[in-house]
Amino acid sequence: MGKAKIRIGCGAGFSGDRLEPAVILAEKGELDYLVLECLAERTIALAQKRKLQDPEQGYDPLLERRIRSLLPLLVQNKIRLISNMGAANPIAGAQKIIEIARELGLSIRVAAITGDDVLAKIDPQWPALETGEALEKSGSIISANAYLGIEPILKALQSEAQIILTGRVADPSLFLAPMIHEFGWKTDDYDLLGKGTVIGHLLECAGHITGGYFADPIKKPVAGMAELGHPYADVFPDGSAVISKVEGTGGVVNLQTAKEQLLYEVINPYEYFTPDVIADFTTVHLSESGRDQVSVRGGTGKNKPATYKVSVGYKAFFLGEGEISYAGSAALERAELAGEILTQRLKDQFPDLRIDYIGSSSVHRSNFGHSAVPYEIRVRAAAKALSAFQAALIGEEVEALYTNGPAGGGGVRKGVNEVIGIVSVLLDRGVVEPKVSIFTHP
Amino acid sequence: MLTMKLYNIAHSRAGDKGNTLTLSLIPYQETDYNLLCNSVTADRVKTHLKDVVVGEIIRYELPNIHALLFVCQQALMGGVTTSLAMDTHGKALSYALLEMEI
Repeated sequence: MGKAKIRIGCGAGFSGDRLEPAVILAEKGELDYLVLECLAERTIALAQKRKLQDPEQGYDPLLERRIRSLLPLLVQNKIRLISNMGAANPIAGAQKIIEIARELGLSIRVAAITGDDVLAKIDPQWPALETGEALEKSGSIISANAYLGIEPILKALQSEAQIILTGRVADPSLFLAPMIHEFGWKTDDYDLLGKGTVIGHLLECAGHITGGYFADPIKKPVAGMAELGHPYADVFPDGSAVISKVEGTGGVVNLQTAKEQLLYEVINPYEYFTPDVIADFTTVHLSESGRDQVSVRGGTGKNKPATYKVSVGYKAFFLGEGEISYAGSAALERAELAGEILTQRLKDQFPDLRIDYIGSSSVHRSNFGHSAVPYEIRVRAAAKALSAFQAALIGEEVEALYTNGPAGGGGVRKGVNEVIGIVSVLLDRGVVEPKVSIFTHP
Repeated sequence: MLTMKLYNIAHSRAGDKGNTLTLSLIPYQETDYNLLCNSVTADRVKTHLKDVVVGEIIRYELPNIHALLFVCQQALMGGVTTSLAMDTHGKALSYALLEMEI
């Protein structure tokens, strides 16, 4: 305790994020901590499915590749890694890391955090927050994971583990825990926890604050997007921070990128709920303090909620899709004829059939009066089905337009996907028992 | 008076929570914040996004960072996990807001 500053980097903002920004952070970022946030709402339900098929699986599919490239750098530069790549199986993930360490001849201590899996502790009769109806009415339940907070991560940090692998944990908690650990913040000092949560929220989507998903060549040009650097924050004991990125990497950190990220996925800026604190973002102040540097001050908080939020994954339906393109004269008219044919042939069996005209109004569900006729247009048909067999009919009907539909259709693609839905319930804190397991090599 | 698209003076990022869509609206010049407060009301956004947002729109003002936040309920055709939409997250809808003229 008593450090004057810690540096926390964020090297991944979702499961499929690029691999090398984290490596660059670990190599050149002079980090104390590296966080990899790789677990979206539905990702853990999909991971649970993999674990059911193979008890050795269920951690993040990229864990092995990420750890293999990072481990030597983490050891050499004494960086502690905190990641939710444990997904549905942090224990198996930790064992995989030990296996990699053994192969590479590196000494490592890994902490696996479990206890977020509360499938056995929820009642399918409980009403879902989103629908008000019993959970089981949404569909066959396959997973239930509580969003854990800082407590088990703090325990793991006290254990001297160099890698901390979690399952479902609130994203900002991955960042807040090392701040509390290093600065000795009290876990009921909600103003400090609010400030730390703001910093965590700014970092958690990695490239979002360095110009990724921000760039617009006309209004918001960003240089070096192909080598986008991921961010780090220098965090101070008073809960302020300076966010930046490794010199020489692509992207930009400025007021605009920070503001976009601060408000990202916020449904009430006065009350941003995490398992640790209810943070207030309306008291945050941002300023540019140098090239690619944004200073963050302020942010407050109040007592944490009495319950944990639980994401419940269920088997929703099979999605059937098919697409076909038309180009040149009367492309739109031919596409619309295809849409009419598909509607006529499918609507009885698929009452919620959706026909989109890609190139016209498929993304914004409107074209706001822009009536310019596109040179080419793609028809997409999509519907929900109870079985994979039934879902396949959508693509089959689209493909049949090759010989039964309008002239000049091309490029048919068809697909069937099983869709996992997510609903939520709240669970009393006392029912959830987070656990830390330690694995070491040698 | 001439009208212009919000795109000319502001930027936006969309986010999703279940079936709720969030849209930030951030002026490039902080001096334009009051203009946005006055002309981009929740009602006007609701009219502009009538094909997208079924439920209520709540507008939050954040003078601390000179930005507005629109929280749009029932906007994602059931939500990211079960929507039939092309863009299930509604990620591209930030630019739908920026199409609005003031």
